[in-house]
Formats: sequence, C-alpha cells, structure tokens
Amino acid sequence: MNAISGSVLEIAEEVPGDAPFSRQALPAVQPPRRRRRLGLGEPFALGPLLGPGLLLLYWCVFSYTGLLDPRILPAPWTTLTTAHGLIADGRLPTNLAVSAVRAAEGLVFGVIAGLAVALISGLSRLGGYVFDSLVQMKRSIPTLALIPLVILWLGIGEPMKVTVIALSVFIPIYLQTHTALRGTELKYLELAETLNLSRWRFLRDIVLPGALPGFMLGLRFAVMGAWLALVVVEQLNATSGIGYMIDLARTYAQTDVIVVGLVVYALLGLSSDAAVRLLEARLIGWRRTLSQ
Amino acid sequence: MSASGKPVVRVRGLVRNFTLKGVLNGVDLDIGQGEFVALLGRSGSGKSTLLRAIADLDTEAKGSGEIEAPSKLAVVFQDARLLPWKRVLENVTLGLAGPDVRARGLRALEEVELGTRDRSWPYELSGGEQQRVALARALVREPALLLADEPFGALDALTRIRMHGLLKRLSQAHHPAVLLVTHDVDEAIELADRVVVLDDGRIAANLNVRLPLAGPEREEAFAGLRRELLGLLGVEAELAGLR
Repeated sequence: MNAISGSVLEIAEEVPGDAPFSRQALPAVQPPRRRRRLGLGEPFALGPLLGPGLLLLYWCVFSYTGLLDPRILPAPWTTLTTAHGLIADGRLPTNLAVSAVRAAEGLVFGVIAGLAVALISGLSRLGGYVFDSLVQMKRSIPTLALIPLVILWLGIGEPMKVTVIALSVFIPIYLQTHTALRGTELKYLELAETLNLSRWRFLRDIVLPGALPGFMLGLRFAVMGAWLALVVVEQLNATSGIGYMIDLARTYAQTDVIVVGLVVYALLGLSSDAAVRLLEARLIGWRRTLSQ
Repeated sequence: MSASGKPVVRVRGLVRNFTLKGVLNGVDLDIGQGEFVALLGRSGSGKSTLLRAIADLDTEAKGSGEIEAPSKLAVVFQDARLLPWKRVLENVTLGLAGPDVRARGLRALEEVELGTRDRSWPYELSGGEQQRVALARALVREPALLLADEPFGALDALTRIRMHGLLKRLSQAHHPAVLLVTHDVDEAIELADRVVVLDDGRIAANLNVRLPLAGPEREEAFAGLRRELLGLLGVEAELAGLR
C-alpha cells in the first residue's frame, strides 16, 4: 500500500532528466510573460509621478506664454526662487518643522485613540454597544465644527491644534479598523473553535492579522486627514507653521509664498501617503490583488 | 479492522431541525477506536448536519439527543480553510504550544509530502496541496477522532485519487477514528471500514466493507457493494434508465 500510493504521488513531482520537457530543457532566455488581458498592464518606475509631472508642464507652458497672469499664479521659476529664498532665510525649514511635529503628534494620539476604541468596540459585544453609536454620532459632526468648543476648552495654543488634528485622525482609524474586526469570517471562527484556540490566540492569530488591511486603509485616510486638519488649525491664530506662513503672505499679497506653502502641503501629503503604502505592502505580503 | 472496546463516538437519538442545511430525525451511531466510517448520503440528507453536531459546531441548531465525542478531535473542511496571512508551517502548527512545535509541524508536512513548502504562502499552493496542508494541520494534533466534511469535494478527479491513497496511509499510520462525509460512493468503499447511509435524516443502512485484497474477486465485490449503495441512494433506477 505504502509503495503504491507513494509512487502515485511522486509522479507529480519534477523529475529532472527523466522527462523530455523537464525544467532544464527550457531555453535559457524565456519570452516575456504574456500580459494579463484584463489586468492593469505592467507597472513602471516613477509612474505615480506622471500626473504631477504633467501638471507642472502645463503650468510652465501657460506661464511662459503669458496666458497665466503672475498676479493670479506666479510662474514655476518665480516660485522656485521664492522657495529658495524662504529656505535660505530659514523661514520655510522652521515653519515646516513646527507643522510636521504638530501633524505627527496629532496623528500619533489620534491613531492610538482610534485603535484602542476600535479594539474595545470591535472585539466585545458590550464595548460595541457602549462606543459604536457614540462614534457614529461624533462622525456626523464635522471636526471643524468642534473647533469653537475646543478653543474654549483648551485655548488657542498647541494642545488645541493637536487635539483637532487627533480628532480628525480618530474617525477613519476607528471606522476602518472596527469594520475589519467585525468582518472576521465565521469560517475562521469555526476553525479556531475546532482547533481549541484560546480567545487570546484567536485574536492574535486570526482576528488581528485579518483586520490589518482595514487598519492600513484607515491609516491612509488618517494621514491625509491629519494634513487637512493642520491647514485649518494653522490659519487660525497660529504664530508659526506652514499655514501661518501662507496666511501672513495673504496679508501682503505674496502669491508666490502662498504657492510655495501649497506645494509643500501637497508634497507632504503625497510622500506620507507613499510611506503608508510602502508600509502596507511590507506588512501585507500575503495578499494578491489587482495592483500586483 | 473492526470496532473494539468502548466506542470513541456515541450518538443516541439525535434530532436536529430548523437549520438551514438539513434535518436529523433520530440518529444512533457508534464509531469504534481507529474505525474508519464513511457517511454517505444525497445532498440534504443531513450528513453534514450530523458531522457538525459531533464537532459541536451547530450552535444555532435546535434539537435533542446525546452525543459523546472525544475532545481531541480534528476537522477537515471542504475548503482547506488555511489562514492566508500565515505561512504553511504556521498554519499547520496554529494553536499548538511547546518547544518542539516546529519539528512536529515539519514532520506532519513531510507526511503529506509537502516538507519543502513550509515557508510558502497558502496562495502559492494548488487546491490539492492546500487540502494536504489542512490534513497535516489536523493530524499534527494526534486526534482520537478525525472528522472530514467532503474534504475532496472541490478537487479534480486525479488529485482526488491521490488524496485517497494519502488519507488511507495516514489513517493507518495514526489510527484515529475517522468519520468521512461524502457523496462519492467509490470514495466511501475505497477508504472506509464501514459505510453508513443517511437518508432523510435517518440511518438507512450500515454496511461493513470487507473486500478481498486484490484481483478480480475484489473488483467483483467492489462492484456489488457499489450497486447496493447506489440502490440505497436511489440512483440505480436512473442508471438503469441510461443503459
């Protein structure tokens, strides 16, 4: 019995040399793999920069030909000179550092709070009853509408700014993580029960890794939310930061400084989103999706 | 081999209803130590319901009756049910503790002839390989009872034949009691010591499989048993009509 079924199974294994068309017999250079007909095509290096590159091209062309009034939007080279000046006199680096710290603090507090409440609410029936409706209520109030109250409570200093950023980070983290935790498939619950997994191992080995893609999606929304909230709070009684720099430039009608600030915001958003996506790809290597 | 001593599984007067998948109308079933029982039935006959009741997975079902089953049981589902975020070896050793877990997992993988795939992700395996991992995950726990719910139902015919040989060897080596739910008559005869036919939630027949080891006598006995089981399942008339 052993020998018979053993040999049946071995037929499927590669037997180099024996078979006329074994792996070794293939030519060394293989033709390129056929593209997926319904796929998205091959990815190429620096592809994500194509859109911004085209925008920059339009901007250059319109400014150069004079179609774009410099009072409405300064030319790219003017903006670049201004940026250089702002870096040289230290205004841009100082304000950027202040902004980055604010955004990072808000992000950290918001992610911690969102994750903690999502875990309590997602993993326990009682926790869900206590927290989920509350968060849904909070969700229907725009964070910006809370600013007057937050100012009255915390004043106009840093705690207010970090709190507003954290509040807008909290919601996407909570929503995506909670949905992913509650979305754990029943078939895995059955498996865990037949394998006699403890509640802790069930959470650690099944529920949490299964919810990771949801959390990462929430993190992408959260990072963007942090920058957006930053813009608002920095144009509100701030004395430093990119938003303050922009607001000050408005007073003196310095369009070029405003544009530099906006470009900095855009670059920050783009690069932080790319960082989160890189993290996502490293953490979730087991998934096969259309983007691969 | 026949049942000896106290049965591993003892089911008495089992009634289940109001479930989505099937109904049981008073089922008695014993499975002896190391006995391989195939549970055969048409779809909707209640065979999966019975297996899920023994595995204690039917929390939403209403019913009555007694079930005694060992706590050391393992289930192989129709889908391999591997965790996509764990590599093959971690899937096999899921939930195990102890210093030699890794070695035990590797040994189990070798037994299902996947000893070199321990670092693979589940999506990198074929359907048959995934089901072999599921088998390794069940056997590494040295269960007293192995419950298999149409484990080869989603596999192609050739892979299924190879899996039969593998399951037969593994059950002879580890000697758990086995309850295999299937609708494949040949599979039941090939693998089981005893075939239990379930019809409309009741046990319709209980046949011991005693085939000569080889030769035309075996083929003849196989064909006879096959005819009998197909008759019990109510498809013999259709077969005759086809001829």
